[in-house]
Amino acid sequence: MSIFLTNARLIDPEQGTEEIGAVLVDDGVIKELVYGGNPDLGVKTVDCGGKCLAPGIVDIGVKVCEPGERHKESYRSAGTAAAAGGVTTMVTRPDTLPATDNPEALEFLERRANAAAPVNVLPMAALTKGREGREMTEIGFLMDAGAVAFTDCDHVVRDAKVLGRALSYARSLGALVIGHVQEPGLSAGAAATSGKFASLRGLPGVSPIAERMGLERDIAMIAMTGARYHVDQITTAQALPALRQAKEEGLDITAGTSIHHLTLNEFDVADYRTFFKVKPPLRSEEDRMAIVEALREGLIDTLSSMHTPQDEESKRLPFEEAASGAVGLETLLPAALRLVHSGDLDLPTLFRVLSLNPAKRLGLSCGRMAKGAPADLILFDPDVPFVLDRWALRSKSKNTPFDGQRMQGKVLATYVAGRTVYEMQDA
Amino acid sequence: MAFSHSHLLGIEPLSPDDINAILDLAEQYVKLNRREVKHGDALAGLTQINMFFENSTRTQASFEIAGKRLGADVMNMAMQASSIKKGETLIDTAMTLNAMHPDLLVVRHPQSGAVNLLAQKVKCAVLNAGDGRHEHPTQALLDALTIRRAKGRLHRLNIAICGDIAHSRVARSNILLLGKMENRVRLVGPSTLMPSGIKEFGVEVYESMHEGLKDVDVVMMLRLQRERMDGGFIPSEREYYHRFGLDAEKLSHAKPDAIVMHPGPMNRGVEIDGEIADDINRSVIQDQVEMGVAVRMAAMDLLARNLRARPKEVQA
Repeated sequence: MSIFLTNARLIDPEQGTEEIGAVLVDDGVIKELVYGGNPDLGVKTVDCGGKCLAPGIVDIGVKVCEPGERHKESYRSAGTAAAAGGVTTMVTRPDTLPATDNPEALEFLERRANAAAPVNVLPMAALTKGREGREMTEIGFLMDAGAVAFTDCDHVVRDAKVLGRALSYARSLGALVIGHVQEPGLSAGAAATSGKFASLRGLPGVSPIAERMGLERDIAMIAMTGARYHVDQITTAQALPALRQAKEEGLDITAGTSIHHLTLNEFDVADYRTFFKVKPPLRSEEDRMAIVEALREGLIDTLSSMHTPQDEESKRLPFEEAASGAVGLETLLPAALRLVHSGDLDLPTLFRVLSLNPAKRLGLSCGRMAKGAPADLILFDPDVPFVLDRWALRSKSKNTPFDGQRMQGKVLATYVAGRTVYEMQDA
Repeated sequence: MAFSHSHLLGIEPLSPDDINAILDLAEQYVKLNRREVKHGDALAGLTQINMFFENSTRTQASFEIAGKRLGADVMNMAMQASSIKKGETLIDTAMTLNAMHPDLLVVRHPQSGAVNLLAQKVKCAVLNAGDGRHEHPTQALLDALTIRRAKGRLHRLNIAICGDIAHSRVARSNILLLGKMENRVRLVGPSTLMPSGIKEFGVEVYESMHEGLKDVDVVMMLRLQRERMDGGFIPSEREYYHRFGLDAEKLSHAKPDAIVMHPGPMNRGVEIDGEIADDINRSVIQDQVEMGVAVRMAAMDLLARNLRARPKEVQA
């Protein structure tokens, strides 16, 4: 089946352009790109009304709570949320209960995911068994079963020898390892970033230096092993020089950041609002601005939602006891568009970090506005204003820090392999 | 300006006028408390529940006496032994209590912010009797009243707060209160016991008692919170006492009429020399306990007035 999407502002993150044009989708791929004019190809035509058409978002690090905590999020609810949020590929985290650390479990999840979710789901697997940092998982079998990357998520592999072996083995198979950079001793028990705000609230803080220390250790390990490595989230200015140097030295390293660290700062926690408790904790405004700049110039490669569903019970607790994490699949795009509206990023740059770079890093052919690329596309209006109501989210969990906030930008339609998986209902 | 708050969760939201309102009313209760018949009726008919999730003898007794002297029906709940141990969440506990229609809830909790959370969920007036490392507002208020009575004013004084600042909610509330009242606050202690970002609080930080105590009007000692430390903050108690414990020699650097305060309970020989603690010419530690009752009476009285003034929910 073919569709012809005409009169759209085509966002091309590879060329860095946004121009009016049309896209012919056939057989799940982008068959033809036509710039300007209103060509007639004699097929079913969808007039996009001059709205933006961009490669769908590839979101690395989505937590779907299957198995273990399906009441927080299932593949069906996450997939529906992703489609509505413009995320056409969810790269899921293995920090499930139990951890996704064996090929049998991974294959089972893939089958469930593909049956239940309307978008692409690519699973990651744990780097060490049980995410305990003692023994590497069956990286080879897991790759055969479809694991696209290996990560222990927010568990840092403390033992450098274990990490070194896992990295070395991963390198031999060409596997991508995703690390959470924190010096574990310094960050133990922390609920906030150390500084005036943490002290005023009496919350245990972690110095931002813990991120730099974690990164520097891992960089040394990459230099030793030659592994392919991606940092899940860089959130502090102090970590950036080490990242820059590692890239300049030619190490195979890339880095991401989360939408929450990019658009919020530590003061948003205000009066112990646990929906703003994320891991690592929100940072200072200076850090946030440094991360925006690093993203703009390309030092930080990817931007993701770090979607982490938590139910009301695990958030309605004293701040230190409350669970970390925020849902983000449906708010990633409107929150990221804040940076476009503020003039910090342009749209092609935004989709470079949301779609192109994560796809490239995972070796996927999507994320591009190019002939032959998969027709994973989103049509959106970057300007339409709305006030976010968390109860209107499609995720089972409603723990968003953006509740009640004014946002701009809505997804009008989402296509996965040319199939319409979401269309906004007229309000 | 009338005191308009519905809870007393910390010093942070209070204005200097609010603070003066509490202290002025507390002065009246000091007089009442020194009479033979110590009864008022400001809280008559109201139910006060003291919920202590953390052990306390002094603060709990002080709140209990304060409530009883003003005619409230006071109930103590030792939460450590109760349903919290059975897995009930703080919110559920709050909802259960709500159904019993208390008017004043006095809460101490080991987690910072827990009292704020409770206050959002209950309908009565909540008083923070200490939450984690966050705030202990009635302690700062009783300290302020003690200073005001001893020094004749509560502004433009040099005040040194010494010792374990990092783990102390008393220190945080005092820094905020004394700053709002326009005093110069110095913090003295080892760098390992200073909270991060402390210089942004508008205080001067010293790592030597000699320099820190030089010419101060008030020396406020803090308890070394051994129960909150999991090792490695100080090398040993004897070295701590040698460098930071208050003795006559260190006190000699302060003004000759400087007063010595301690929120209690004291670790004699760790942060303070026993003789100084007992020196009636310098130590106002007993006055602090006395002012504690008066300040708590005043705070509960003011909150109760606002409670009574609030429009009642219509009940079927």
